Amino acid sequence: MGKIKSLEDLKKKKQDLQKKVDLREKADDAESYVQIKVGMATSGIASGAKEIYDFLVEALEKRNVEAVVTQAGDMGYSYAEPTIEVTKPGEEPVVFGYVTKDKADEIIERYIKRGELVDGILPQNYRTIDEE
Amino acid sequence: MTRYKMHLLVCGGTGCRASAADSITESLKESLQEHNLQDEVQVIMTGCFGFCEKGPIVKVLPDNTFYTEVKPDDTGEIVEEHLIKGRQVDRLLYEAPEGGKVKDSKHMDFYKKQIRIALRNCGFIDPENIDEYIARDGYFALGTVLSEMTPQQVIDQVKESGLRGRGGGGFPAGLKWEFAYKNQEQPKYVVCNADEGDPGAFMDRSILEGDPHAVLEAMAICGYATGADKGLIYIRAEYPLAIKRLKIAIEQAREYGMLGEGVFGTDFNFDVQLRYGAGAFVCGEETALIHSMEGERGEPTFKPPFPAESGYLGKPTNVNNVETYANVPVIINKGAGWFKKIGTEKSTGTKVFALAGKVNNVGLIEVPMGTTLREVIFEIGGGIKDGKKFKAVQTGGPSGGCLTEEHLDTPIDFDNLLAVGSMMGSGGMIVMDEDDCMVSVAKFFLEFTVEESCGKCAPCRVGNKRLHELLERITQGKAEKKDLQRLKNMCHVIADTSLCGLGQTAPSPVLSTMENFWNEYVAHVEDQRCPAGSCKDLMRYEIIPENCVGCTACARKCPVGAITGERKQVHEIDQDICIKCGACVDACKFDAVTIK
Repeated sequence: MGKIKSLEDLKKKKQDLQKKVDLREKADDAESYVQIKVGMATSGIASGAKEIYDFLVEALEKRNVEAVVTQAGDMGYSYAEPTIEVTKPGEEPVVFGYVTKDKADEIIERYIKRGELVDGILPQNYRTIDEE
Repeated sequence: MTRYKMHLLVCGGTGCRASAADSITESLKESLQEHNLQDEVQVIMTGCFGFCEKGPIVKVLPDNTFYTEVKPDDTGEIVEEHLIKGRQVDRLLYEAPEGGKVKDSKHMDFYKKQIRIALRNCGFIDPENIDEYIARDGYFALGTVLSEMTPQQVIDQVKESGLRGRGGGGFPAGLKWEFAYKNQEQPKYVVCNADEGDPGAFMDRSILEGDPHAVLEAMAICGYATGADKGLIYIRAEYPLAIKRLKIAIEQAREYGMLGEGVFGTDFNFDVQLRYGAGAFVCGEETALIHSMEGERGEPTFKPPFPAESGYLGKPTNVNNVETYANVPVIINKGAGWFKKIGTEKSTGTKVFALAGKVNNVGLIEVPMGTTLREVIFEIGGGIKDGKKFKAVQTGGPSGGCLTEEHLDTPIDFDNLLAVGSMMGSGGMIVMDEDDCMVSVAKFFLEFTVEESCGKCAPCRVGNKRLHELLERITQGKAEKKDLQRLKNMCHVIADTSLCGLGQTAPSPVLSTMENFWNEYVAHVEDQRCPAGSCKDLMRYEIIPENCVGCTACARKCPVGAITGERKQVHEIDQDICIKCGACVDACKFDAVTIK
């Protein structure tokens, strides 16, 4: 991995990397896979986020769902850990709380595969600085 | 396979559930069946929208229509008008306080209440991957500063933004940087205070766990502005995940040339190392923190000299807290003017709070300065658990004070909180309900400070211990009227004569609860009664003779043999032996045991 030598370098690098989070910033990207973020700060892990993370990776692979599962920091919904955020191509992200393995299974089968929303959605209640 | 065209989200939070969310869901489903729409429209129960004041809430997707105070009878109209004919049901729309109906939730002020600056990437990027940080404009501020700005310009920008220290004191960050910059001595140090110790606070931990690069970038910017080439993060060893992610972040930043020799290909050198704290609360005080890093005892020393004059190893040192640093890259990228527009005149920007206690949505929130406690507790926090009554909220942790109902509409900023006898602190917010005894709350916080006192100065070491003993006596009903005056006097002496912030602020919870809940103190002392019913020693378990059938169940369960009585005779509890464990209440099937 080369060093970044100037602001220009960084800008170039950012452009290359943009795609990675574009999906999360602009949900109408044409990419064909589902993005799942698992809130994995201490509180999330303490309530079992790690197992959910592992379960999601395995289950999605087994069922041939093209998805990217990533870990993220604290989303702020401590009362409803573990929390995961699912972004389907072209759609707004949806946050699910109190995710157990059964719930994760339901989310994959019903929300991701069939497009039904399932109980346990947490409404997002903050703005990001990108909207400012 | 069914593909739903529309979704109806019904709030399933405790508040809305209490006001008939279940039957709304049922009757929505029935109405859909009636019109044969069950395969096109799906009804979902969700988590709390946080807008409990106007519940029950029904939200229609994809158009984001937000119906408030919906009754089961309204569901037919929603289905017939909105879903079939495509017309919003006007009378159910949310009416903005300043008038006018709000057509969709994106335009509601409520959802603008939280804005994430310090937490901008938290829960958004993978904290163990520098690429994701860069894709979110990471290290752009550092690049800009190094290639386009002089140190003085950087300092001016931070000063202009009005950013104040988020660790508790609220000292202007830009001014602090300038002091370190003006001191010519070399080498200089940039220190990040990650010794978060307030009970119930986890703002800094979450930032370090969720967005470690933001702190590293800001420290490098600070290094450039003040002329330092070494950064140190003082973090408590009981934050293993934060430490792990910081280590990964430092490695990655070095690999990319964002830290180390010749940052960004310029001749600016800056590197960051970690220093571990053993978890002493007093080490959050900057002089104690510095001594701890030097390998000395973690005890504070008198200021001046300030760290900017003589800090780590006697050299100029700038100490800021995690959240303060996390704001810096955004200020550089978006400009001081942008930042200043958020918050109040003297407290700009946002503040992260760890909302805890008897509130429905316990969690991590970030709101603009100037948001009121009511908005934080009742709207974002979703109100008090189990429909109980709000009693008080403790801000500023063990150094802060309790605020009551009458302070709910106070806009939160550094100066307002001080004016009403509390403080911002690092951002812990503990909500209490009617079942909490305020004397016990004060005792709890004092227990913490007594434990955490470093013992260097007598007022803090001895005085707080005595304060705690007095409070103990009050909660046991053993105190006299004159003890209350003694308690107050002692508080003032400790506050006036302690060496550092820990001792000076330790009596605050006592003073503020005495100020706001004087009657509760008096009830404990004069009537030997705890109004909230939480002080064990002031409780009496008694048997109601009319209800007691003499089944002996309680006597068999009592662990200390305090209950006597023949079979089929009324039993009695010996108050001298009773330890108030409550086992008899659970054992009795006839509601014959009461608590007085």
